[in-house]
Formats: sequence, C-alpha cells, structure tokens
Amino acid sequence: MHIAEGFLPPLHAAAWTVVALPFVVVGARRVTRLLREQPQLKLLLAAAGAFAFVISALKLPSVTGSCSHATGVGLGAILFGPAVMTVLGTIVLVFQALLLAHGGLTTLGANVFAMAIVGPWVAYGVLLGMRWLNVPLTVGVFLAVMLANLATYGVTAGQLALAFPDPASGVAGAFLKFAGVFAPTQLPLAVVEGLLTVVVINLLRQHGAHDLRDLRAFPQTFVPEVRS
Amino acid sequence: MTARNGWLLAAVVLVVVVSLVVGGLQEEAEFAGTDGQAMDAVAELRPDYEPWFNPVWEPEGEIESLLFALQAALGAGVLGYYLGFRRGQAQGRRNRVDAGD
Repeated sequence: MHIAEGFLPPLHAAAWTVVALPFVVVGARRVTRLLREQPQLKLLLAAAGAFAFVISALKLPSVTGSCSHATGVGLGAILFGPAVMTVLGTIVLVFQALLLAHGGLTTLGANVFAMAIVGPWVAYGVLLGMRWLNVPLTVGVFLAVMLANLATYGVTAGQLALAFPDPASGVAGAFLKFAGVFAPTQLPLAVVEGLLTVVVINLLRQHGAHDLRDLRAFPQTFVPEVRS
Repeated sequence: MTARNGWLLAAVVLVVVVSLVVGGLQEEAEFAGTDGQAMDAVAELRPDYEPWFNPVWEPEGEIESLLFALQAALGAGVLGYYLGFRRGQAQGRRNRVDAGD
C-alpha cells in the first residue's frame, strides 16, 4: 500500500497531508497523555509498535504469484485505540520512507491516511461491532484485523484512482484496476495478519494480563478470566 | 492457550506455503511487490506522468535487505523482550505466593 515517492500529483499529495495531519496531532496528544497517566503501559505500547515493525517488514508471497506485506496496525488499534496507533503507524511509514525508499515523503500523508488512520479505525470499529454482537473475542479480533488490512489497501486503490482516473471509465474504472492489483494478493496476507494478531493477543492474555487490565480502548475486554 | 497458538501458527505457515506453491504455478510468477505493480498501473493509465519527487535516499539491493532485516529484528526483539519480561514477573509473583509471603 505504499504509494511511491512522487507518484501522487502535488495537489493530491498536499491534500492527503492536510487530511492526515490532525489525526497525527490528536494521536500524539493521546500518546503523551497515556505515557503521563499510565506510565506502566509504556512497555506494552512499545510492544504494539514493535509488532507493526515486524509485520510490515515481512513481504509475503501470495496465490497470485505476487508479493505484498501486512500492516500490523490492528493490534495496537484494539489495545490502545486508533488515535494512538496512528502515531505508531506513522513512525513505521517514516522509517520506511527515509531508510528503505518504500513510500515517500510527498506521499506520506496519503500512506498515513490509508495504513495509520483508516486501518486502525476499521479495526477498532469492527471489534466494537463484534463485541456488541457477542461474537467470541478471538473471532472478533481476527475479523477486525483482517478487514483493517483489506481496508488499508482499498483506500490506497481509491487514492490512486482519484489521482489517475481512467480516460474511458473514470475514477470508478481506475479504482477497479488498482483494487484488482491489490485485492487478490492481499486476501491471504490479511488472513495471516489476523491469525498472528490473535496469537499475540493470546500471549498477552497469558503473560501480560496485568497490563491488559489498564487498557481503556476496550476496557476489561482482554483480561483473561480468573482461574481459582 | 499454548496449544491453540500452536494450531494458529501452523495455520499461518499453511497459508503462506499454499500461497507460495499456488502463486508459483501462475504464469509470470515473479513474486513482484504489489506496490510496484500499482505504480506500473499508473504508468499504463497515464504514460506521460513523471514522478515529481525522488526518494531522498535509496538503499542498494543488499543494503535494502539489511535494513528490512533490521526493521524486523528490532520489532521481534522488543516484542520478545516484553513477553519474556512480563512472563518472568508473573512467575515471580506466583513463586512468592507459593512461598507464603
């Protein structure tokens, strides 16, 4: 989902930066408040960021004979809330833009919007809905993360379609073309990311239950039942 | 919980291996990145479009691998540290309770 450096016309690049900026600013405030009010969660926050680092570094093969990568933003979004994850996702994207020539500075706003804003909010919203429907937690986590991953790539396809509409079929035609590049490849990767996130949640419930009690995005949701 | 994670990880490996095998059977299977393919699609839709900004720094092939590995290693290291540290703390608490403190 990285739109390469210089691959959005200046006007689009600027517009996405303007759209993304308030989310990053609010997210940064949330992170500051979290670290001030709940310093004991600093380590778990680092772990959530670390998960995004690992996951977004792995380029995985897909059934289409292409490669793509997962995003890793779902875990942090459901633990700390989407605003906090926006900051962590932005850090990952800046790292990749500066050191790996993946994505870019001019397209940072658009990429942040897709991976670090829409992805986390979809994960959060889906899990909220799943909790409301009383779906088992692990199933809800899996679906939330999987859909967040797919939504991120959908947004990227939309951003490219808006910038480069098809001469014949317009924005919609271009969207189908870009989505056709991403969607079939992304599907198994979204499943992999969903499964891995459930594994990490299980590990956290096993070993980090103390931290899970203090989380406020989904209060008390991840705390394992007390065995007497 | 541990047994369930074992199955989940096995499922991850299965999905990746099946993807690799099925993907390898496709015509022109080069396992190229979709990010690059999307930029090729841009070139198809708008052959006259020239990227107007270049990456500030672009690592060479092997250096790129190094940095990707570094990114993954940093992430895995911190995540592993967190889980190990908390596991040890929980163990310590249990031991103290057993000792009757």
